[in-house]
Amino acid sequence: MAMLELDGVDVHYGGIHALRGVSLKVEAGEVVTLIGANGAGKTTTLRAISGLVRPTKGKVRFDGKDLTGVPAHQIVASGLVHAPEGRGIFSNMTVEENLDLGAFLRHDKTAVAKDREHALTLFPRLRERLAQNAGTLSGGEQQMLAIARALLSRPRLLLLDEPSLGLAPQIVATIFKIVRTIAAEGTTILLVEQNAHMALGVASRAYVLEVGEIVLQGPAAQLAKDDKIRKAYLGIHD
Amino acid sequence: MDDVLETTINTLAVGGLYALIALGYTLVYGILRFINFAHSDVVAWGGWLALSIAGVFGWTAAGGAPAIAVPVVLVLTMAVCAAMGVTIERLAYRPLRKAPRLNVLITAIGVSLLLQNVGILDGVFGNKPDTIRPLLANSVLGEVGAVQLRLYDLMTIAVTIALVVGLERLVYGTRMGRAMRAVSHDERTAALMGIDVNRVITVTFAIGSALAAAGGILFALRNDLRLTADASWVLLGLKAFVAAVVGGIGNVRGAAAGALLIAFVEVFVHRYVGAVFADKPWVSQLQDIYVFGILILVLLFKPSGLLGKAAVEKV
Repeated sequence: MAMLELDGVDVHYGGIHALRGVSLKVEAGEVVTLIGANGAGKTTTLRAISGLVRPTKGKVRFDGKDLTGVPAHQIVASGLVHAPEGRGIFSNMTVEENLDLGAFLRHDKTAVAKDREHALTLFPRLRERLAQNAGTLSGGEQQMLAIARALLSRPRLLLLDEPSLGLAPQIVATIFKIVRTIAAEGTTILLVEQNAHMALGVASRAYVLEVGEIVLQGPAAQLAKDDKIRKAYLGIHD
Repeated sequence: MDDVLETTINTLAVGGLYALIALGYTLVYGILRFINFAHSDVVAWGGWLALSIAGVFGWTAAGGAPAIAVPVVLVLTMAVCAAMGVTIERLAYRPLRKAPRLNVLITAIGVSLLLQNVGILDGVFGNKPDTIRPLLANSVLGEVGAVQLRLYDLMTIAVTIALVVGLERLVYGTRMGRAMRAVSHDERTAALMGIDVNRVITVTFAIGSALAAAGGILFALRNDLRLTADASWVLLGLKAFVAAVVGGIGNVRGAAAGALLIAFVEVFVHRYVGAVFADKPWVSQLQDIYVFGILILVLLFKPSGLLGKAAVEKV
């Protein structure tokens, strides 16, 4: 049984048909990426999984359990954690308060302290800025905070939405290195990216989303060699 | 010197009253980004419910109320109004959560009219003014120079300080407060943290309405009970709303600061400007104009309010 399974998911926003029959699977321990252009429906797919939008058709299953209709705040507790795009941090609060909110549902203080310590080891720059308002962080640091905060929710499956968005290549490289570390430590990851090059480098399997539909899927290494992908997403013309 | 003391006490008492009501506007706005126009009617109902609750205990006859009467009535009325605020949100606002904001605003005006007019029905509070003063005499507690320290003033100040400090602790020092601030910033991301947004909204309405009840009782002690449909409640609500906007709507400390400023202007105009223009009584009779004048000035020069931050519109 796959850890996460989407089966023919449709999402409508008002009159817009944002997702059409999206089906995908993520097995425990995998890093899977969902790539596609701006507006293809990548973020909507993650929102449908984490309960922020309700599919009009189809099923989302996590550990075999149907999540359709379960409100977002109840899904987090089961270990499905969504680190939202646009850095989705609480810029009106300190870095420390943001991290605390990641552990909002947890009452095991010693384990939280341990996870917090671990997250700060992964992102040492956050440690220096614990008391600082999160809104004053640089773009890269905000992204790091979003991931660190998600780690404090104890994800078994981490949904990462465009961690490279708007960041300098060097910072993107740093963040992807940490994503690899998190995966190596046993967290399953579904990574949404516009930066197909980086995403295909870290993932084992990939799905390509175009205008709300999955148009291609396969092992990441194979898709990286696919002519269409190279032209459309990797900017390689030969 | 006496003047300064008297002005200070008056400012604190009137400002405290405004602050209690302003906090309800600002809390709800902070979470839902909408002005709850029915808030001033919860204040009015708070005053009248206090009378009903006092009646249940037989405390409405002059001199018949024990010392415990006011605390008991205050706490019970706050609880009833909290339930009332929660019910209004459940029935009137929650079904419109995803509707355009204008719909909710119009609904709030509808709820306001409903409360005003149900309140004056015979079986409810009736259409004759009343009073809750028998609960507590406005005794003189002491004199400083020529200034009398009156119980109502000091009680208003004490109750306000206690409630505002309590609220401040709640918002900045507890798990629920952190959840409230998270929802206020970004409802969706808050839900991703495992925060039950609906529960936070319920708690917010409960707190705002409980504070409104306290404001209603203190106002009723000072001014007697006008009909629930009387314009004085609306004016009281409007001034508190102005205080919230002047302080920076959505900001707890701002609401308290704005309330003090509004109260100061009122008291100052009444006392000093009126004295200077003794031959032109209309100058001090226009005190409401000065209050709303401040609103216009603040909106012109610092639209986000004195303590507010310039908001970035999210898309």
